[in-house]
Amino acid sequence: MSKHSNWNVLTQGLFKENPVLILMIGLCPALATSSNANDAFGMGVATMAVLLASNILISVTRKFVPEEIRIPIFIIVISTFVTIVDYIIHAYAIELYASLGIFIPLIVVNCIILGRAEAFASKNALIPSILDALGMGTGFILAITILGAIRELLGNGSISFLGRELFNMQAAGFKPALLFIMPPGAFIVLGFMIAGVKRLTREKGCEDLEKKASCCVPPSV
Amino acid sequence: MIDNGMGWHMIFLSAFLINNIVLIRFLGLCSFFGVSNQFDTALGMSMAVTFVMTMASIVTWFAWHFILLPLHLEFLKIALFILVIAALVQLIELYLKKMIPTIYEAMGIFLPLITTNCAILGLALLNIDYSLSFFNTIVYSLGVAMGYSLAILIFSGIRERIDIAPIPHILQGSPIIFIMAGLMSMIFLGFSHLFGL
Repeated sequence: MSKHSNWNVLTQGLFKENPVLILMIGLCPALATSSNANDAFGMGVATMAVLLASNILISVTRKFVPEEIRIPIFIIVISTFVTIVDYIIHAYAIELYASLGIFIPLIVVNCIILGRAEAFASKNALIPSILDALGMGTGFILAITILGAIRELLGNGSISFLGRELFNMQAAGFKPALLFIMPPGAFIVLGFMIAGVKRLTREKGCEDLEKKASCCVPPSV
Repeated sequence: MIDNGMGWHMIFLSAFLINNIVLIRFLGLCSFFGVSNQFDTALGMSMAVTFVMTMASIVTWFAWHFILLPLHLEFLKIALFILVIAALVQLIELYLKKMIPTIYEAMGIFLPLITTNCAILGLALLNIDYSLSFFNTIVYSLGVAMGYSLAILIFSGIRERIDIAPIPHILQGSPIIFIMAGLMSMIFLGFSHLFGL
């Protein structure tokens, strides 16, 4: 593969095919763990770690895995890595573990990971698969962290990230709207973020959500 | 949040309204947004989810209490549960196809998708986290499943209306759907602290 197409593989997950904002997959963790920027970033990194590891293993073993039973094998590979990540977070970041809760084991059913395994890693060589995981993972981290930062800013009046407070509007007399760190705020902020991305990419007309959430929807509906 | 001492009606209400699985806990969103464009498909999906959720909770409860706990294999929880759910969905699909074709027609196409519906695995893990008894597991699962059905059926009704409503160009398509889900979530937030839960 030429250098140019490798670069495309790396960058398309960032913006053109951003998993959350454009493809609209992996919505459950994106909405549930984004009540502040720090947790959102932690969730993004955990998901990217699983994505990278599963893409590598699936790409390396793609020639031995029989076509008929590939999905169960993918699921076993992914759930193994999720278990490892679950135990690592439990051991080294107990606060993050407590706030992410059930959403760490649920990385296993995140459409992004199974989707990339099926659509990319099982058909491509090792290097492009690594780049694909890095691109998609960074795209996911970016979207979820920005969502978390906006919600924390509107709902709490401040943004803290990795233990440091970056920004505080409460001193300037800003009254936070608690709604934004509660569940409804997640839907509303993401809705406006998607509208903003649509405006930026100048996508015309209304695209259908049904076709995009492809791994969750039957083709015949 | 939920424990065995609460009484079954409180567990049911908590799962059904107060901590609605979709709108408050954010589980099963892919199918919530994916198949809620028509009332009929939403109905088929909610039937399939109710059925599989209850079955999967029962099976994973037995797997946890009689296989993983006695053998000290708690770390296999994630891998075993996802495989059990995948196998269960296949079995249910085969059984319905052979024995009850009318029900298979109604919910058949939705069954394979349920394996990747995070609400099913999430519920199985929550049952374990709350260490619910067997009876309370069934009550809780039914409450969660009916909460899912309530949310997706109401949502599909609103979406059928919104298709013919005038919407600002920038919000057409998915943005307005997310904002509507946010408004619905606000309504369900109103149930919190109901009955002191």
